[in-house]
Amino acid sequence: MEIDPFIFRLSIFILSIFIGYYVVWSVTPSLHTPLMSVTNAISSVIIVGAIIAGLSGDTQSIFNTSNIFGFLAIFLAAINIFGGFLVTQRMLQMYRKKKKNK
Amino acid sequence: MSANLSAIFYLISGILFILALRGLSSPETSRRGNLFGILGMIIAITVTFLAIGNFSNSFIYVLIVLVLGGLIGSFIAYKIPMTAMPELVAGFHSLVGLAAVFVAISAFLNPEAFNLGYPRDIKLSSLIEMSIGAAIGAITFSGSIIAFLKLRGIMSGSPITFKGQHYINLLLGISIIVLIFYLCNTQSESFFWNLIIISFLLGLLLIIPIGGADMPVVISMLNSYSGWAAAGIGFTLENSALIITGALVGSSGAILSYIMCKGMNRSFFNVILGGFGASDEKLSNKDKDQKPVKAGNAEDAAFLMKNASSVIIVPGYGMAVAQAQHALREMVDKLKKNGIKVSYAIHPVAGRMPGHMNVLLAEANVPYDEVFELEEINNDFANADVAYVIGANDVTNPIAKTDPQSPIYGMPVLDVEKCKSVLFVKRSLSPGYAGVDNELFYRDNTLMLFSDAKKMTEEIIKNLD
Repeated sequence: MEIDPFIFRLSIFILSIFIGYYVVWSVTPSLHTPLMSVTNAISSVIIVGAIIAGLSGDTQSIFNTSNIFGFLAIFLAAINIFGGFLVTQRMLQMYRKKKKNK
Repeated sequence: MSANLSAIFYLISGILFILALRGLSSPETSRRGNLFGILGMIIAITVTFLAIGNFSNSFIYVLIVLVLGGLIGSFIAYKIPMTAMPELVAGFHSLVGLAAVFVAISAFLNPEAFNLGYPRDIKLSSLIEMSIGAAIGAITFSGSIIAFLKLRGIMSGSPITFKGQHYINLLLGISIIVLIFYLCNTQSESFFWNLIIISFLLGLLLIIPIGGADMPVVISMLNSYSGWAAAGIGFTLENSALIITGALVGSSGAILSYIMCKGMNRSFFNVILGGFGASDEKLSNKDKDQKPVKAGNAEDAAFLMKNASSVIIVPGYGMAVAQAQHALREMVDKLKKNGIKVSYAIHPVAGRMPGHMNVLLAEANVPYDEVFELEEINNDFANADVAYVIGANDVTNPIAKTDPQSPIYGMPVLDVEKCKSVLFVKRSLSPGYAGVDNELFYRDNTLMLFSDAKKMTEEIIKNLD
């Protein structure tokens, strides 16, 4: 009997939860705010679904309801991706060690 | 590009996202980690374009909205002040949630584009996955909006409770499940729209009863939800990058909520059911004025600190409100010039989101190796001469260790009272969020400095010269 591909996706999902569990516990508490902003940015990879929706259809159907929702989702996810990564970078730039010659 | 090849690239971007989180284990590696994350995102987006390979029709529109969103996002990221970080994160969560809802809607209306079947004849498993993604996304969206409004101060931070609240939520939760069931049976569009509306409603009602100081838990929880929503959509699209990311973000948010709950010694359900501190306020107001309090001024504080050999700073949400972090750093610089050892003690739930205080101190150029977590520094209070409590309250209350009747009993607290002297900057004697009077105010070794956190710190700086 063949295994349903869903089971493979489920396996990826469950294993990723475990990876997430161990990786996140190793995040130092002082970086918990950047952790939130960067997880926010990466969860916007949902944009791939939005792009598929936005690009679908032929010339007549560019502004179908489905495409419009795709465009809107691309817009929202793009705000998040750029905003999330940049604000994380801005925060991380501030974390500096003590200067040695003090 | 073949489906197999793009699947491999999606896997690579998933791995890069794991490395992005892994980088956050120390500030040294964190910047590189963030670059891994950006690279992963670039790969995922590029592969999606190449896999579709349709550059003729709506490509230009897709690009325009992408750039437009990117510009707005970049603008926000550069303009936002660090003190506004909690509401920014809440706002961003709401966008992820709404984007998930929109993707689910497009997939429902045009399943052919996603290879999920035909309108009114969508594969059962895909239908379940997309309705779960849409429901969680909608809850994330409306919940985050409420969290945003509360953090921004547009909506009152005090818990809003009404009778039968939990039953309504339960009812809404059950109707979501029932709607998904009927949606799968009938494939009817109206069930799908109702599902989304009810989920929006549930998100609103879930967050409304939760008060301001519980926001660290709420933000982490919504972070987790946004991950699960992304994973739900990932299953629908059969996209491993989305599934991996969703699982990472989901577990990350769940762990943060757990850490925050532990920091308050409360169960997750206790926080979610809300209304904490709303009822206890009257109790604690009664016997307040009888006990004697020692009040001092900036001169006394400066004198005590000048003669100390070690000082521990305990910042809290009040510091963020008063924007006192820069003044605080200036004061510490002065102290250090006099050869005084200074460190910072951060309670896990200080502020309005996980790591809130650390970011503010980093912004004020406080080196991160002078900032310590509760477990690292708690034993040092006994050897320190002065504790400078600025904007923190409940997290220093010794009653949490002694009085089993107290609502905050068992909560881990900073052992501030063990210091030789405690300087407590606060505007009044009013109890903190938990509605519990802080026993520390009335101790012999406590000197109350009644003022705004920033003003008091600036005055102390003047007196240190």
